[in-house]
Amino acid sequence: MFEAIAFYLFAALTIVMFTITVMTSQALYAITAMAAGMIFISAFFFILGADFLGAIQIIVYTGAVMALYAFGMMFFDTTRDVIEKRTNPQIVFALGVLAAVMVVAIFVAPVVSNNIQALYPMQENVGNSQAVGMVLFTKYLVPFEVAAVMLLVAMIGGIILAGKKMDKSLTLMAEEEISTMDDGFEPQAGGH
Amino acid sequence: MEFYLYIALFAPLVGSLFSGLFGASVKTSVTGYVASGLLFTSFVSSAILLSYVMSGHTVHVEMMTWMATGDLYIPFGFVVDQVSVVMMMVVTIVSTIVHIYSIGYMDHDKGFNRFFSYLSAFVFSMMVLVMSDNFAGLFIGWEGVGLCSWLLIGFWYQKESATWAANEAFIMNRIADLGMLIGIFLIYWNVGSLQYDVVFAEIGNLPMVIVTWIGIFLFIGAMGKSAQFPLHTWLADAMEGPTPVSALIHAATMVTAGVYLVVRANPIYDLIPNVGLFIASLGAFVALFAASMALVNRDMKRIIAYSTLSQLGYMFVAAGLGAYWVALFHLMAHAFFKALLFLGAGNVMHAMHDELDPFKMGGLGKVMKGTFIMMTLASVALAGIYPFAGFFSKDLILEVGFVEHHYVIYTVLLLTAGLTAFYSFRLVALIFHGEERYKLFGIHPHEAYKFMLVAMSPLLLLAMIAGSFKMTYYQLVINLLPSTQYHVHNVTTYWIMTIGTQLFVMLAIGFAYKKYSNWNTVPDGSSAMEKSFIYKLLWNQYYIPKIYEEVFAKPYLELSKIAWKQIDLKIVDATVDAIANAIYKTGENTRDIQNGNLSSMLRWMVVGLVVLMTLAVAFNVGYNVFGA
Amino acid sequence: MEVTLTHYLVLSSILFAIGLIGVMRRKNLLMLFFATEILLNATNIAFAAISHYIGDLSGQMFAFFIIAIAASEVAIGLGLLIVWYKRTGKIDLDQMNSMRG
Repeated sequence: MFEAIAFYLFAALTIVMFTITVMTSQALYAITAMAAGMIFISAFFFILGADFLGAIQIIVYTGAVMALYAFGMMFFDTTRDVIEKRTNPQIVFALGVLAAVMVVAIFVAPVVSNNIQALYPMQENVGNSQAVGMVLFTKYLVPFEVAAVMLLVAMIGGIILAGKKMDKSLTLMAEEEISTMDDGFEPQAGGH
Repeated sequence: MEFYLYIALFAPLVGSLFSGLFGASVKTSVTGYVASGLLFTSFVSSAILLSYVMSGHTVHVEMMTWMATGDLYIPFGFVVDQVSVVMMMVVTIVSTIVHIYSIGYMDHDKGFNRFFSYLSAFVFSMMVLVMSDNFAGLFIGWEGVGLCSWLLIGFWYQKESATWAANEAFIMNRIADLGMLIGIFLIYWNVGSLQYDVVFAEIGNLPMVIVTWIGIFLFIGAMGKSAQFPLHTWLADAMEGPTPVSALIHAATMVTAGVYLVVRANPIYDLIPNVGLFIASLGAFVALFAASMALVNRDMKRIIAYSTLSQLGYMFVAAGLGAYWVALFHLMAHAFFKALLFLGAGNVMHAMHDELDPFKMGGLGKVMKGTFIMMTLASVALAGIYPFAGFFSKDLILEVGFVEHHYVIYTVLLLTAGLTAFYSFRLVALIFHGEERYKLFGIHPHEAYKFMLVAMSPLLLLAMIAGSFKMTYYQLVINLLPSTQYHVHNVTTYWIMTIGTQLFVMLAIGFAYKKYSNWNTVPDGSSAMEKSFIYKLLWNQYYIPKIYEEVFAKPYLELSKIAWKQIDLKIVDATVDAIANAIYKTGENTRDIQNGNLSSMLRWMVVGLVVLMTLAVAFNVGYNVFGA
Repeated sequence: MEVTLTHYLVLSSILFAIGLIGVMRRKNLLMLFFATEILLNATNIAFAAISHYIGDLSGQMFAFFIIAIAASEVAIGLGLLIVWYKRTGKIDLDQMNSMRG
């Protein structure tokens, strides 16, 4: 009973928050609603017994990702209203609803639930974090390490992209422009 | 002996390929010598094979498998037996002589090498035709000679009349070949093999109706190749080709392929005397019909061509009445004197700078003694005067008609013999006797090269003495052909017939000489005779070309125009255009997808997602409902 | 009044649809990124729910990796966005049409 109440409550809250995120024309509203929605989603994880995942959700999404977006918004000066041109909103909604209906139809099809077998069954007497750790560092060790490398690459990529000299594009320049700035791309010691 | 068989068969091919190598280049005499030399090799091999066959053997080889699928098995097999060796001898003798003659005749022609390539290719095809041991190989040779005939009639392709004549010959032969193909299919359908020996052994077990149809369809093929009525018009037009071609292809060898087919298929025709009678009647009709057209024609080569047609009619009479060996004998004799006649005509043409109207010649006998003698003797042989070749073969056909009690055919042939003598000597008289009318046209005739005359001399010899081979030949071919002897039993009747025929022919010759040897004007269409209805009828070849034009060519042209304007333009093209337009319009309308706007691309992506999911659901539902 | 797997899946679908609508509707690139985060979170819910109801930890593992990918995506995406903004001064999708066919 408690579980049901919690589910419907958070479901309603999440849907409302994300709808605001998608619909609002105020960037600040959007990011605030989004952060709230992320936290509400972690509630589902707790309800489902995935405690560790819930914690990660709050830390990574609400902490790191949202912070990044916040910095980004500062940078882009989007405190004002977001001005967007809207074209054919009916089609957009129709497509969204159709996609939702189809996904539901696929999910509720009997085939899905009947044919699934547990590969890594949950152990009864172990806590969630411990169980996750055991699976993650045994069966999913290689993907885990690859994910770590990917995050590192993403970090370096982010630094480079946001750094200097990236506001010029060789592909968008004419030949003459490239030849006139031939030594412009040489690595320079220090910065100025 | 297989070795000689392959030599005889493939030497012309080698010659053709060798000449073909130089086909596009300017004249190189060596091609002529090589091609002639190889032909001579082929002739020698054929002669060796002849002596071998005469000692009572036959050669039968299977060179390789040609088609083998399921029950169908057709090899490239060749047979040298009593019939094919006779044909081989005729083909190689005449073609060797024609090759050597052509070295002189085509001397100044730009297409010298090309000519020898075609000519040797023709001989190869003809050898395949006569040597094949099955109907499929015969058909290959049949088509091969048709192709070479087309190439050679249209040899001077820059002349529109030549290309027209070439196409006419080709198309008419294709019409007939369809009949022949159906005949071959019928044979295969009912017998299950195309080998001569198998077919002839089995043919007696087939129902009469089928044998009759096979005989009819094969004869349709023969009619096309041998230019029998109503497919005869191409032969006269084929004279557009170089004269040696007319001598070799359109007199001595290719046109006789039809006769050869009937002779070869004698076990089939023996079973169906009704068809045989039809063949004989048609042959007699063509003999008279063609001879009558030759009476008034004013084109030297066409006159000889009509004469060929007429003689082919004789051969078909003999073949149709079951006297196959007589038909083959006349084929052989005719090949010699007709080739000689054509080559002589070629000399005259050269001398007269390609003038063909005998009325514009006259008196050439003084300038061209050799040619004069040869053509006269060839005409004598053609007319059938004793002791020349024509007498033995042609009178034999008359006797066949008489002995078989087909008196109408006999009468027609007798009349034709008179006509033949008349038009032959009309030609000789107009060309070689009388006033020198060519002077009016400022021509200075000259005799042909010596070696050309020497090359022709074997033909002259054969035209004179071929008759003496009759009994040897008879002993040879009765191994394969029905050995019926045709003798008029009543001695008095026999002598009356023979002497009567000779007298009749002599009379015709005398009349021709009397009428034409002192001719001194060039007719201009004003004389009473030229205005008469019969003259006009004959002059216009019984209006048959005109009728063909009106009945077949023009409606076909109209039909083609309708097909072009109505069907092709309005239906076929429109359909194609519509497909192209649909694709083009689709592209035009859907290019908005590629407008480079990322937002709309995302929308399209979602559309794709929805479509895919819909399909997945639909298939799943369908699978659960209908499948299992 | 028991909450079943289907409930979660339906919720996940609804959130996914909201995300899709955002992806299609938004022209501002930053807002578009928000919408993609919603899509990823919707799938996360589905994974966690399936993991719970089947009794298998694999679903949670996938959710982890999705979070990792989302984090990398934000880092790289924002970096690219900054570069684009420096160059053009705008982050409007309609202006990004250099791929016009």
